[in-house]
Amino acid sequence: MQMKKKHIRTLSGTALKETLKTGGCGECQTSCQSACKTSCTVGNQACEK
Amino acid sequence: MLFDKVCVHTFSQGGQHLVVDGNSGAVHVVDGETLTLIKRICDNDRIHGPDDLKELLEVEPQLTEIGHELLALVQEGLLFSSDLTEAPPRPETVVKALCLNVAHDCNLRCEYCFASTGDFKGERELMSLDVAKAAVDFLIQNSKHRKQLEMDFFGGEPLMNWDVVRETVDYASAEAEKYGKTFRFTITTNGIGLTPEIEDFINEHMYNVVLSIDGRQEVNDRVRQTVSRRGSVYEIIIPKFLRLVRNRRGKSYYARGTFTAYNLDFASDVAHLHDLGFDQISMEPVVGDANEPYALRKEHLPRILEEYDRLAELYLDRQRSGDGFNFFHFNVELKKGPCLYKRLSGCGAGYEYLAVAPSGELFPCHQFVGESDYVLGTVWGGIENQELSTSFKDSHVLNKPVCRSCWAKYYCSGGCEKNNLQKAGTGKVLDEMACNMEKKRLECSFYLQAVRTESETESV
Repeated sequence: MQMKKKHIRTLSGTALKETLKTGGCGECQTSCQSACKTSCTVGNQACEK
Repeated sequence: MLFDKVCVHTFSQGGQHLVVDGNSGAVHVVDGETLTLIKRICDNDRIHGPDDLKELLEVEPQLTEIGHELLALVQEGLLFSSDLTEAPPRPETVVKALCLNVAHDCNLRCEYCFASTGDFKGERELMSLDVAKAAVDFLIQNSKHRKQLEMDFFGGEPLMNWDVVRETVDYASAEAEKYGKTFRFTITTNGIGLTPEIEDFINEHMYNVVLSIDGRQEVNDRVRQTVSRRGSVYEIIIPKFLRLVRNRRGKSYYARGTFTAYNLDFASDVAHLHDLGFDQISMEPVVGDANEPYALRKEHLPRILEEYDRLAELYLDRQRSGDGFNFFHFNVELKKGPCLYKRLSGCGAGYEYLAVAPSGELFPCHQFVGESDYVLGTVWGGIENQELSTSFKDSHVLNKPVCRSCWAKYYCSGGCEKNNLQKAGTGKVLDEMACNMEKKRLECSFYLQAVRTESETESV
């Protein structure tokens, strides 16, 4: 449960380490298949679970 | 518990103050006082953990409220968080995406082409249907339990081998049904060979289409030329691209440009593409030999970083006017982004994502095609060079000292392996230019999300 904050607004979700418990299905898009073809842009991908 | 400060990054842009906690992937918008306190903690060698911060709050009680919010973030694992002490076990080889170089030939002669104007430094040749079908079979057989498979038609110019593209899509779709899989097809084209019939097929069957266009006519035509070097490529492709996009009915596409030393004002090219009617846009820094006149060099970097700022403001202005566009690199997914496994595997080149040459040889990705040291195997025999494949699996950010201490590591996943090898000679060292540009794009993306979500919350 996250504390309501007056000075801080968090844009992201839960800590990445938490995703080790649930992730790894591999169904997400391969990053180079999108638009770049020349730079690694993994953060642009969405989890498809 | 000690604070891990190494991967905490603070920056301000357009009046927004942001904090990135690289180890947890967290991004926070903070007020000025909070930013100052976080910077003090980062710079202060005597504040090692929560107890030291609590001591500071006793001495400076005016910071109590902010300090307690920071301590709550630490408790939630979203600030000064620790990194993984060791990487998860090496992933098994599950191939889920193939890039089919269906044509090692091209009907353009682009100055900066990494495919050596289409032939990948070899013979100009087209992939046969037999090789393409064997690639489909290889992918299905090696995808194990993955349901969603990806196949991307690339080259050279894939429309120069259109019949094979069309028949491969039909074959793969039928095979996928037999095995309970689905295919997402993508095609990358320079547009020269587009016809209404081809466009209809692409719009019906391709999940994504990447349209190569660099922006303003003079920028595009300077580096993207016909074989005869006569006529304007821009004038040939623009009407075709616009017609294709008009009939796309909301499906994914990208008007994808390359910027070079010739157009460091590339935000004007993005604006031009948007003015033409494209609203899904990507603009990539050129890749190539640093000695080429078009190459991006270190001295260009300050100007490029400024240009990304200009692009971010353009993006905001157009969003606010109600006529926005989507810029690929500003689309970082913060709430539902990929899991840590994905962030460690990066693009998956060499074991999840492979490229197929017209000969049927497998390479770690499209950028390695034609390099004899990087042949992994063939579509008939599968991955034979296990050592090479494993080296790609192990080339993740936790094995790269420069990345381990970088706030951006879980967003860029260490950058493009090919660029790193090309620029630095080893995948363990990074292409510094690409690194700096990627960090700037991330900052712009986080800033834009801070602005976009500002009105959605009462706090701050």
